[in-house]
Amino acid sequence: MKNNNDMNQSVVSQPDVIVMQPETPMQKTLSWIFENKVMLMFVALCVGAVAVSGNTVGFVLGNVLVRFGRNGFTVLSLLIPVLAGMGLNFSIVIGAIAAQTGLFFAVDWGLTGMTGMLVAFLITTPLTMLFGFGVGRLFNKMKGAEMIAGLILGFFADGLYQLFFLYILGGLLPVRTNNLIIPGGIGIKNTIDLTGNMKYALDLVKLVDLLLVLVALLAVIAVIQTVVRLKNKQSLPLKTLILLVLVALVYGLTFVPGLSDYFRTDRLPLVNAIEMGMAMAIVYALWKIIANRVNPDKRFKLGRYLIIVAVAVGLFALTYVPFFYDVIKSSSIAVLPFALIAGLCVFNQVFLSTRLGQNMRTVGQSQVIANASGIHVDRVRVIAMIMSTVLAGWGQLIYLQNLGTFATYGAHLQVGQFAIAALLVGGASVQKATNKQAITGIILFHTLFIVAPEAGAKLFNNAMIGEYFRVFVSYGVIALSLAMHAWQRKKKPELELPK
Amino acid sequence: MDGPPILSMKGISKEYFGNRVLKDVDLVVGPGEIHALVGENGAGKSTLMNILFGMPVIHTTGGFEGEVEIAGQAVKIMNPHEAMDHGIGMVHQEFMLIPDFTIAENIKVGREIGTPTVFSKILGPSMDILDREAMSRDAKKALSRIGMNIEDYVKVAGLPIGYKQFVEIAREIDKTGIKLLVFDEPTAVLAESEAERLLEIMKLIADQGIAIIFITHRLDEVMAIADSLTILRDGELVERSSTRDMTVVEIAAKMIGRKVERLVDLGDTCRVCDQENVALELNNFSVDMPGEQVKGMNASVYKGEIFGFGGLAGQGKIGIINGIMGLFPAEGDALVFGEKLRLERLGDALKHDVAFVSEDRRGVGLLLNESIERNIVFSAMQVHNQFLRRIGPMKMINRKKAKKHAIDMIKLLDIRCTGPQQKTGSLSGGNQQKVCLARALTLNPKILVVAEPTRGIDIGAKKLVLEHLVKMNVDEGMTIVIISSELVELRSICDRIAIVSEGKVEEILPPDASDAAFGLAMSGMSLAGVEGEVKDE
Repeated sequence: MKNNNDMNQSVVSQPDVIVMQPETPMQKTLSWIFENKVMLMFVALCVGAVAVSGNTVGFVLGNVLVRFGRNGFTVLSLLIPVLAGMGLNFSIVIGAIAAQTGLFFAVDWGLTGMTGMLVAFLITTPLTMLFGFGVGRLFNKMKGAEMIAGLILGFFADGLYQLFFLYILGGLLPVRTNNLIIPGGIGIKNTIDLTGNMKYALDLVKLVDLLLVLVALLAVIAVIQTVVRLKNKQSLPLKTLILLVLVALVYGLTFVPGLSDYFRTDRLPLVNAIEMGMAMAIVYALWKIIANRVNPDKRFKLGRYLIIVAVAVGLFALTYVPFFYDVIKSSSIAVLPFALIAGLCVFNQVFLSTRLGQNMRTVGQSQVIANASGIHVDRVRVIAMIMSTVLAGWGQLIYLQNLGTFATYGAHLQVGQFAIAALLVGGASVQKATNKQAITGIILFHTLFIVAPEAGAKLFNNAMIGEYFRVFVSYGVIALSLAMHAWQRKKKPELELPK
Repeated sequence: MDGPPILSMKGISKEYFGNRVLKDVDLVVGPGEIHALVGENGAGKSTLMNILFGMPVIHTTGGFEGEVEIAGQAVKIMNPHEAMDHGIGMVHQEFMLIPDFTIAENIKVGREIGTPTVFSKILGPSMDILDREAMSRDAKKALSRIGMNIEDYVKVAGLPIGYKQFVEIAREIDKTGIKLLVFDEPTAVLAESEAERLLEIMKLIADQGIAIIFITHRLDEVMAIADSLTILRDGELVERSSTRDMTVVEIAAKMIGRKVERLVDLGDTCRVCDQENVALELNNFSVDMPGEQVKGMNASVYKGEIFGFGGLAGQGKIGIINGIMGLFPAEGDALVFGEKLRLERLGDALKHDVAFVSEDRRGVGLLLNESIERNIVFSAMQVHNQFLRRIGPMKMINRKKAKKHAIDMIKLLDIRCTGPQQKTGSLSGGNQQKVCLARALTLNPKILVVAEPTRGIDIGAKKLVLEHLVKMNVDEGMTIVIISSELVELRSICDRIAIVSEGKVEEILPPDASDAAFGLAMSGMSLAGVEGEVKDE
C-alpha cells in the first residue's frame, strides 16, 4: 500500500501551494477593529460613563467584581445553545424559576447554610433537566424561531410559576413556615428573605476547603483512571496524577504557618488573587511548553505562552505601582463563585473537544450536513437545551444566595434579558459566542449598569432619569448590538462577474 | 473485470403518481471501473441515484421495481445510512462541507475518533475526548490516497473551490469499506485546470479498485476517462457500451434522439424574420443568479420571430430573463428595440414592453391566494395604471372592467375554472400557466418571454399553450422568446434555438439541425469541431 501511494503521488500533478494573502499589520488592525466594533463601542461608552458619573475607579471595580461573581455563571450558561445553532437562549428564565422553587423549599423546610444550598441544588437540578428537555423538544418543532419561542416561553412559564406560588402553595399544598404566606390569605409573600439561612452560603466557603474538595475529586478520578488503565494494560494517566500532586502540594501549603491565613479566607483580596493568577499562568505555560518538548507539534507557538507569562508578571508588577494599588487594594473576590465561574469556563472549553461537543458544533453549523453524517440532530439540540437550563438554574442559585433576598414574583423576570445583553456587549452574536466574549461582556455591561444611573443623574440633574438610564441601557444594548451584528452579516461578498 | 460486479441494478422501474420516470433500466459497474451515466435533464439519472441511495422520496412514493445487488449480494437499501453501510459514497455537486471546520474535522465529521474519559463510563461514548492526532492521521491518509498534500488543520472556508471538492472526496474515501463512489456533476463548478486534476484523481481512485459512477453532461470528459457508459433517455435505457466502441457524436445523438413534430411549418408560412430590426440584444450580459449564472452572453433576437434558449439545467438559460427583468443583479447591456435597459431598476423591462412568464409559477408567477381576475390585471394595474378608477387622490380598482377583461381572457385561453373569482392556488398546473400567460398578455407586450412554459403540465395542455404562443406570434407579430429545458418543445415551434452552456451561447441552431449537433452543443462542443477531429484520425 505504501509503495502504491508513493507511485500514485507521482501520477497526480501536485496542486499549487495555497496562496493565503498576507495581511499587512494595518489591515490586521482594521479587521480586528471591525470584528470587535460592538465590544469597542461599549468600552468607549463605559469609559465615558465612569468619567461622567464621578465614581472612583476603585469603587466601580469593587462593584463590578461583586456583580461578576453574582451573574457570571448565568451568562456563561448561554454559550452552549449558541454553539448548537439555537441562538440566544431567552428561556433560561425557566432555569431561574426552577432555582427559585428549589430555594423556596429549602427555606420552607428551615434549612440553613450549605445544607440548604445542597437541598436547593438537589431540587433545582432534576427540575431544570425536565424543563430543559421539554423546551428542547418544543424548539425542535419550531426550528429557526428558537429565540422568539424562548422569549414567549419565558413569559408563559412565569404565568405557571405565579399560579403555583400564589395559589397552589399554601392553597393546595401546605407550607410549613407560616410567615412565608401572605398574611390572611393563601400564596407566598412578595419577598423571601434569605438572611440568616442561606445568604452568602456559597460566598463564605473558604479557599482551603475548596482545595480539599479539589484534591479529593482529583484523587477519585485518578484512582478510577488508574484502575481502568491497568486493567486495559495501558500506561498510567500521567496528566491526572501530575495535576493531583500539584494540587495536593498547594493544599499542603495551607499548613505552612505564614501562609495559612492567606488560604483561610473566603474573600480573596484582589492583590492576592493577582499573585495566585500569576502563579497559575506560569505553571500553565510551563506545562504546555514541557508537553510540547515531550510531544512536539509544529503548530505550537512558544510566543503565545511567553506572552501569557509576560502579561501575568506585568499585572503582578502593577500591584506595586501605588496608583494601581490604591485602585485594587479594597477589592476582593468571593472564592467559591469565582472558582465555579472559572470551572464553567474550563468545562465549556473541554466540552468543545468531546464527541458530543463536536457534534453540537456540527449541528450548529449545518443541520443538513450533521444529518447526512449520521448525527442525531434533534437529540443533540435537546441535550444542549438541558445543559443550558441546568446551568442557568445553578447560576440563579449563586445569584440569589449572594443577594440575600429575592422578590418571589420578580427575581427571574429579567434574568434572560440581562444575561443576553451582557453576552452581546462582549461581542458575541447569535451565531458565535466564546468564554472570552462572555467575560468581557459581563465586565462591560455591569460597569455600565453601575455607573449609568449616576451618569444620567449628573448629565440631566435628575435622579429619576438616572434610574431610567439603567432600563434604557439593558434594552438599548440588546437592540444596538443585534443591529450592529446584522450590519456585519448583511455585508455580502462582491459580485464575481467576468469583466 | 473479474468477480461479480460491485453494483448491479436490474430492471429498475419507478413511477411518480402514475408518471413513469424509469422503465426497466439496468446499471452495472465493476470494480475499478469508471462508468459514465449520461442523459438530458429528466432522463432519470437522479431518480436512479435516489433509488441507489434509498432516499426517502423513493420510499414515500411507493418504492420501485427491480433488483439491486452489491458485490453479488441482493440488498434492500431503505435510507442513505444503509447505503453508507454498504460502502456507497456520494460526492455532491453542492459541497457538504462545514466552512468553519478544519479539513480534518470535515473529513471525520460524524465519525470522529475519541478516547474514553471518566465520564464516558457513565454517559457513553459521547463524552469521549476527541483524539485529534488520530483524526489528523486518518485525514492525511485519505488525502494522500487521492494524491493531495495539504495541511489537514487548515479551515475549509478559505480554500479554493477545487480543494473543497477534494476534501469532499477524501471524506468519502476515508469511510471504511468504500466500494462505490458516485460523482454527481463534479466538474460543473470547477475551473478547467481543477477539473483536469479531478479527473486524474478519479482515475487514481479507480486504480485502487473502487468503482465510480460519473454523472456529467460534459461528453469530452466521458471520452477522456470513462471505461464504459450508460445512456438514458426519457427514463429508458438507450445504450450500455464501452466508451471505446462509441464516438462522441454517436453518444450525443443517442442522448437526444427523439421525433419532433413541428407545430409551425417553416416551409408553409412564409416567415420573414426582419434581420434589420433587432427586438432584444444582449451584449456581454452577465447575471449573478445562484445556480443559473450568465457569464458574458451575446445574443440577438429579431423582431417577429420565435426564439428559443435551450440547454441543460444550471447552465444559465433561466438566468438570462431574470437578469433582464431585474430580479437578480446583472451587468452588461440589454437593449430592447435599440433602447438600453436600466438593469438595476426593477420594472424597467416592463416599461419597455417586455413581459415575462416566470419559470417559478407558484413562487414568483402567481399570487396563489388571490383570484384569477386579480392575478390577470395585477401587473397592468401596477405598470400601466389600467383597470383603475380615480376617486380624488385615491386610485381604486375598477372591478367591472377587470372582471370583463378576466372573462375575455378565460375564454381566449380556455382557462378551465369555476369563474374569475376562483383562487389561482386551486387551479391545475396547465391552467395556472394560462393565467400567467393571460397576465403577460394583458400588458400588451412587444416581446413576450416565457420560461419553462410547459413545466409540470400534462401533455394536452402543453400543446395548447405552445399553439397559443405560435398563434400570438403569427396573428399579432409578437416577438416571443422561449426558455426551456425541453428541447423537443423548442424544436417544435422555434425559428432559431440558442443552446446555452456555462453561461454563454454555445451555438445557434435551426430547429431541424441533427440530434448530434444539439447533444454536442449542450455539452459545450460543436459538431463541426468534433467531425474535424474525427477526420484527422
